[in-house]
Amino acid sequence: MKSLKNSFQNILYYPSAIVGIFVVFLLVFTAIYAMVKIPYNEAIRLWRGGEEVWYQNPKFAPPAWINFLSSKKYAESFAVRTSDGTMTKEVTLGAEGTSTMEASYTFDFASDYYPQEMILYLSSTYTEKQPFISAEWLTPDGRKIRIVNLALSQKQTYRFSQDQKLKTKLRTDDVIPALFSDPETGNLIRGKYQLLITGAAFEPDSDINVEFVFHGQVYGLAGTDHARRDLVVPLLWGAPVALAFGLIASLGTSVLTMVIAAVGTWYGGWVDELIQRITEINLVLPFLSILILIGTFYSRSIWVILGATILLSIFTGAIKAYRSIFVQVKESMYIEAARAYGASGSRIVFLYLIPRMIPLLIPGLVSSVPAFVFLEASLAVLGLGDPVLPTWGKIIENANSNGALYRGYYYWILEPAILLMITGLGFAMLGFALDRIFNPKLRDV
Amino acid sequence: MAVVTQSPTENTVAKRTSHTNTFTRVSRYVVVRLMVLFATVVVGVYLTIMIANMGGFVDQIMKGEIRERVTQTIAANPSMRQADPAVRKKLIEDTIVKEEQRLGLDIPIAIRNFRYLSNALTLNLGRAMNMTSDSGSKQVRLILLERLPATLLLMGISQLFLFFSSIFLALNLSRRYGNFWDRLVVTLSPTSAVPPWFYGIFLILIFAALLKVLPFGGMVDSPPPSNPFDYSMNLLKHLTLPALSLVLSSFFLSIYNYRTFFLIYSSEDYVEMAKAKGLPSRDVERRYILRPTLPNIITNFALLIISLWTGATITETVFIWPGLGRTLYQAIGLYDIPIIVGSTIIYAYLLAMTVFLLDFIYALVDPRVKVGGR
Repeated sequence: MKSLKNSFQNILYYPSAIVGIFVVFLLVFTAIYAMVKIPYNEAIRLWRGGEEVWYQNPKFAPPAWINFLSSKKYAESFAVRTSDGTMTKEVTLGAEGTSTMEASYTFDFASDYYPQEMILYLSSTYTEKQPFISAEWLTPDGRKIRIVNLALSQKQTYRFSQDQKLKTKLRTDDVIPALFSDPETGNLIRGKYQLLITGAAFEPDSDINVEFVFHGQVYGLAGTDHARRDLVVPLLWGAPVALAFGLIASLGTSVLTMVIAAVGTWYGGWVDELIQRITEINLVLPFLSILILIGTFYSRSIWVILGATILLSIFTGAIKAYRSIFVQVKESMYIEAARAYGASGSRIVFLYLIPRMIPLLIPGLVSSVPAFVFLEASLAVLGLGDPVLPTWGKIIENANSNGALYRGYYYWILEPAILLMITGLGFAMLGFALDRIFNPKLRDV
Repeated sequence: MAVVTQSPTENTVAKRTSHTNTFTRVSRYVVVRLMVLFATVVVGVYLTIMIANMGGFVDQIMKGEIRERVTQTIAANPSMRQADPAVRKKLIEDTIVKEEQRLGLDIPIAIRNFRYLSNALTLNLGRAMNMTSDSGSKQVRLILLERLPATLLLMGISQLFLFFSSIFLALNLSRRYGNFWDRLVVTLSPTSAVPPWFYGIFLILIFAALLKVLPFGGMVDSPPPSNPFDYSMNLLKHLTLPALSLVLSSFFLSIYNYRTFFLIYSSEDYVEMAKAKGLPSRDVERRYILRPTLPNIITNFALLIISLWTGATITETVFIWPGLGRTLYQAIGLYDIPIIVGSTIIYAYLLAMTVFLLDFIYALVDPRVKVGGR
């Protein structure tokens, strides 16, 4: 145990090990943060949610930080509403239960491109008389454009670009660029724009709420995908899923392999024979094909795939490697001493044989994590990812099947790919360093 | 493994007995080994068949699909519009029965499994259920043969390049370990934790999407160039990225492994001795380092050759390369058990054959090893 502790202290002499440990800690931290910030059920709801959850976001929007990398500035998407005060709303009461309201939102537009779309989501409460609103658009050069006059129903959506009347009024087919440019020259105007909505309600309890959604070219920290989903959710949640899959699979595989090899070597006879035969049969089985078969026919749940992965990975060449070492250890003096004092078979296997192998087990365990993390991603890329859970592999698969590389949505593939890469390299670097620490024979060369 | 020792006094006697002994030992070994390997193949393939139809679950899916398809085609047939509903219903049922008979779904799954097994073991690969080859055949043999060249080309070029270049570079590095290149390889060896398709995505991004110099995927342009020279250049262009990603993903680890392996052998006393004798380093490498590592290198090479058969499923899928790996993936998606079983049995036979032959090859290259010896 003392030597084990010393070995761990040696880690600090290996820069790659420090980088690896740093990455692993970062991942664990991200995983915990993700699970605390977005609870499991919420994450599933967001990830599986369609238009009703994500209507505020534009499709295929790169992350907002690409503005730092590009000389041309893109418009950032936002959504404001009167219900939570992000959009100002003033109500003035009039005679006989009538009231007027005024909602406005002023924003600074400094982009080099026109936004994709602007939408008003209007909702109102009334019993008989429909409230009435009118929307106006104030440009930085002081023009005031009347957008629309509407009698409101309970719930209503108004899309700027789809309004025929507005099109005729502005004498254009593209409403949005017309609203953001000089009518004479057609040049884009930057500056403060204001959306002003005035409404009139004719009943005492009647109320009007407005939500203004602005679809720019870029969105948030990570951008959005084809279903308008904010990629922050799957990117964050990919961390706990990848960690859980990688760690459970590698831990399960290495520990079970070692235990089975130890039991086989110790008891010998038919047990050993059986283990060897199973290993040989398993080598004949096509590993990836069987996982694809299980994924296609039986269940795409990540836990079923995990179980199958562990089962198929136990009886591999590793069991033969462990066996050859156990055969040597079995003959050593301390095992003979244990036998002499009458230790039981299970005692010898679990307390004397297996602990001897821990220096071999730990580097192997850490080094095999990336393989399993990437296995999950590989299955997802083949379309066999977990249908419920958001994972990095699923993002890549979505991006690939929507032609992200052809259509230039590089962020969509690069974000999960870089995270996967960092995870894989982190564990691999740590594993390599541990291997050299625990097996000093390799350290010399 | 055993060391052959013979004392010179009993040379003549020992020679004759050892000769007959060798013959009986080798033949007994061959028989036992072949039987064990064959049993392994049988069990392995049977398990694959069991998994490939999920204990009959796939039958349900297929029956449902047949019913739907037959009903649709007959409903869409204009000449059937006027027919009596009862007649139409009978026609549908009859067609379904015929279709199920064609696919063998009327026979119980347990019997069918053994039929698949015996057909597979005799390499009677039969006909595919849903897939067809590009030439229109449903023969599993033809479908697989049609895709074989694509996989052999991709895997062959990348794996052979990887094998020879990493041995060559590893020998060079082991000669002067600790220098800049050696440390670079050691530092970069964790990059092999990343699978080839993943490098593929990055390569597509750089060379196809951004620089637009190489194609996104596929094997040749459509329509393919008629001139053989243009055709091969076009093929090469399409081959570059998938081959590069396959090489890239194992390059550094492969060099690292061989290098460490060679280093262990080059620290042996007899290597020091040879160097002290003043042998040129080429001879030292060839006779004293490569020779004892030969069994290992041969094993790796043999495994490489079999890996050519399986192809690289995901890399081929990402690059839309029409190879065996992608075919297998498509076959699974179409519930095409004969193709899955056909691919597995050939792999199993190849593996068993290789394992069997390797024992003899070890005995050939390493005089200390006896076939069947203990």
